[in-house]
Amino acid sequence: MKISIQINEGPYQHQASDTAYQFAKAAIEKGHEIFRVFFYHDGVNNASRFTLPPQDDRNIVNQWAELGIKNADGEPELVVCIAAALRRGMLDESEASKNGIDGNNIHPAFRISGLGQLIEAGIQSDRLVVFGD
Amino acid sequence: MLHTVNKSSFERNSLKSCLNIIDDTSVILLIEDGVISAAKNTNAPMIADLAAQGRVYALQGDVEARGISSKLADNIKLVDYAGFVDLVVEHGTAVSWV
Amino acid sequence: MTTKKFMYLNRRSSFGTVYAIESLEVVLIAAAFEQDVSLAFIDDGVYQIVEGQNADGIGMKNFSKTFHALGDYEINKLYVSAESLEQRGLSSNDLMPLVYEDEDDDWAEKPSVKVVSNAQLSKIMSEQDVCLSF
Repeated sequence: MKISIQINEGPYQHQASDTAYQFAKAAIEKGHEIFRVFFYHDGVNNASRFTLPPQDDRNIVNQWAELGIKNADGEPELVVCIAAALRRGMLDESEASKNGIDGNNIHPAFRISGLGQLIEAGIQSDRLVVFGD
Repeated sequence: MLHTVNKSSFERNSLKSCLNIIDDTSVILLIEDGVISAAKNTNAPMIADLAAQGRVYALQGDVEARGISSKLADNIKLVDYAGFVDLVVEHGTAVSWV
Repeated sequence: MTTKKFMYLNRRSSFGTVYAIESLEVVLIAAAFEQDVSLAFIDDGVYQIVEGQNADGIGMKNFSKTFHALGDYEINKLYVSAESLEQRGLSSNDLMPLVYEDEDDDWAEKPSVKVVSNAQLSKIMSEQDVCLSF
């Protein structure tokens, strides 16, 4: 089955991203397809490649990256809402250069895109599950 | 449908709101702090009938993490994350009471 | 394109958290996808469409007027929980008079907001393909 996920909260503050990750991992292990994970609101903070938890804690960003959720063209399907990301200082290379900012922090396993991607995930997937506060 | 509730009924009204609207065929999965509602406590009567019908699940990892495995209310069904996936597959549209 | 039934579940008021305005953002984007869209306002979510919101004093954008635009995008199924209204001392008269023009009825102006019982909400929800919670 094709399953998509929406994550509304950032890492470490709420359990939402942890639960969503365990769910996604279990779904993949059972042979289902994770069509897309859409990070919205503070959820965009799950995509920061500068995340540095202490050694004895999980690295939530890397965990997501290691699931390797991609489409047939090899593009990441860990999708960060562009409007929510820019508001919170989460930028990829292209948005940084477009806005004249000297750095970018989106992990390469994620990509930035618009809200249409969330709707499309709802249309294309058999199920959409929301994790939030 | 599958309704997921992730907050304790002592903290928020999401379980109550879900129970107000759930139909006769849907099931509830308690996750995260939602599993506090799966324990034997003064709020347990809220879900007792539904649990007796076998329609209340709780996520095992969250139950164990909160130290309430031995204090579960009657008829609560435990599932792991794979079981969570199965519930999503079997019960159609998922509604999160976040 | 496949048409699915999308429900947007709104349970929080307008300004305390970002969810209300972001839900509305998604609804407006969703209009372009020509899906069957319903909005449910339950619990404090009913405050999102209360008449007379004024955000001048808190330095935030008053987005409540945007709800008036929904009718133009053929988003005209706004279901409000009767019980949630009653618990908060509100009635349908306290809500914004949101309307749409019905193209099947000579563009007659009709109300978009329907105050519904828990049983009705339950039935509407059970018909949905996707439920996005905010």
